[in-house]
Amino acid sequence: MKGNEAFAEAAIRAGADGYFGYPITPQSEVMEYLMAEKPHERTGMIVLQAESEVAAINMVYGGAATGKRVMTSSSSPGISLKQEGISYLCGAELPCLIMNAVRGGPGLGTIQPSQSDYFQSTKGGGHGDYRLLVLAPASVQEMADFARLGFDLAFKYRNPVLVLSDGAIGQMMEKVYLDPQRPRFTDEEIKQNTPWATTGKTPDRERNIITSLALESAKMEQHNIALQAKYRQMEEEEVRYEKIGCDDAEYAFVAYGTSSRICQKAIQLAREQGIKVGLMRPITLFPFPKKIIAQMTSRVKGILVVEMSAGQMVEDVRLAVEGRVKVEHFGRFGGIIPSPVEVVEALKKQIIGG
Amino acid sequence: MAEAIVNTELIQPENLVYKRTELLTPNALSYCPGCGHGTAHRIIMEVIEEMGIQSETIGIAPVGCSVLAYDFMNIDMQQAAHGRAPALATAAKRLNPKKYVFTYQGDGDLAAIGTAETIHACNRGENIVIIFINNGIYGMTGGQMAPTTLPGMKSSTSPYGRDVAMMGNPLKITELVAQLPGTLYVTRQAVHTPVAVRKAKKAVRKAFENTKLNKGLSFIEIVSNCNSGWKMTPRKANDWMVENMFPFYPLGDIKVNE
Ligand SMILES: Cc1ncc(C[n+]2csc(CCOP(=O)(O)OP(=O)(O)O)c2C)c(N)n1
Ligand code: SF4
Repeated sequence: MKGNEAFAEAAIRAGADGYFGYPITPQSEVMEYLMAEKPHERTGMIVLQAESEVAAINMVYGGAATGKRVMTSSSSPGISLKQEGISYLCGAELPCLIMNAVRGGPGLGTIQPSQSDYFQSTKGGGHGDYRLLVLAPASVQEMADFARLGFDLAFKYRNPVLVLSDGAIGQMMEKVYLDPQRPRFTDEEIKQNTPWATTGKTPDRERNIITSLALESAKMEQHNIALQAKYRQMEEEEVRYEKIGCDDAEYAFVAYGTSSRICQKAIQLAREQGIKVGLMRPITLFPFPKKIIAQMTSRVKGILVVEMSAGQMVEDVRLAVEGRVKVEHFGRFGGIIPSPVEVVEALKKQIIGG
Repeated sequence: MAEAIVNTELIQPENLVYKRTELLTPNALSYCPGCGHGTAHRIIMEVIEEMGIQSETIGIAPVGCSVLAYDFMNIDMQQAAHGRAPALATAAKRLNPKKYVFTYQGDGDLAAIGTAETIHACNRGENIVIIFINNGIYGMTGGQMAPTTLPGMKSSTSPYGRDVAMMGNPLKITELVAQLPGTLYVTRQAVHTPVAVRKAKKAVRKAFENTKLNKGLSFIEIVSNCNSGWKMTPRKANDWMVENMFPFYPLGDIKVNE
């Protein structure tokens, strides 16, 4: 199964209520798969092709505000258009699932895979002090797993969850285990699980209002403080990562998604040459596994951050390392995936020899 | 504060001629005195009360003077980004097909920044109600030119009057959406006199009843005043509206399908 299809199928099985999207390469398979599957007949899930990404993300807002499990997907230029909506979703504390199959930019860029939306995903992108919970899959299996996990985390925190994929993971075919169908929530369950949702004001409660507005600064500050507390809780409870070959490592790669797969191959090549290198793969990009990376500096002599970008995550690695060991960046961009040989050469030149 | 003079002899159930709907909260309206928004709120809430659908209604108000509509309407409400209410309503309704979903939008919101969402929700025939308050100006941001500002009309961004050669023509979006197969009922109303209010309320009732038919979108334009933005007294603003807005935006039904 393709990564994009696995994501779509897993979303149906996770009990999604609605998908709203607009076509863009390299992720149009998500909506195509959903339309072909007729989830309306399978589970009652609604799938709608919107007039734009702006409309799609606002449909997500309208659906999420009624307590439903709703989602959208797009690729970089479309995700840029969704930023206003994402900011509103965060401000109004609405849960939803968003997938970005990143392609090279800036501008219309290329349809080839890239990792140049790291800043946009983890530092904001839209306006205001907000954070998305960002999951970075590195396999088709994780595309499926993160659809369900993403919904669950979104509801746990009343916050959008972004699955930061790329063209390579979306298009590649791998075997995948899919969880069995989980039923969609009934209207009664929604009223219990999400008592804040706009499900219609009944006599037993006050009216529910979904808004990101607070005209009084003091109120707005309190709202921001509450949001920040939520993000700190994510940092305490949701950090996810994978370490490969780090036990005896003298050097480390830090890479996520497609780059982490290239690094796994590079580790083999390097070890054949007697270089003890391991891989630290952040799975959550926010919250970022900064404590783990900081701990690694007691063992490793240098870190090479490999990204398909001009160097974005490297800034967070440097902040975590605080100058204790050398941190360098190696990247290809514009849609080019680095080869494992290139990565090993960069390690030798920039970290070991440099 | 002056003490209210209460004539207890007169306040008897049999003398009751008018009662404020329970669906308006006790909060004092934040609108300028004489503004049409308050009356428009009232008739919508009265219709929801009369139909007994408070627990089945979801209201959506975006940015504009009515951004705080949820402070006044005692129903579940969503606040939308500028122009996006019809997109929110689309999903809210499709995911909750038994609910009544309406949007309440200004002219800048509906006919400028939100044109795409408006046209496409209308064209898809979403089973929602759109209430469109056309006051020919951007009220909330201080009286700038709107897509509906009349030719020659002054605003803070057309201080010498709207020059259509330079600034383009006013957009009659209501006539435009009436062309679309997805709209079931399209009408233009006003709320400046008791007679107009009664007619407008009938239209709102019809629109909400239409939701049950599941046959398309109901679109109600309410031509309204913005005395602050127009820089007129409420009285003068209403007269000006009758003399200038109504000839350009004639009142009445534009499309009535069953
Ligand atoms: C993206 C965005 N652009 C601009 C604004 C500023 N803004 C707020 S309300 C408004 C216009 C409101 O005019 P209208 O929709 O006609 O409603 P009214 O206030 O007249 O009732 C504008 C431009 C905003 N909130 N968001
Ligand atoms: S600014 Fe205009 S639209 Fe806004 S409340 Fe005042 S009169 Fe009404």
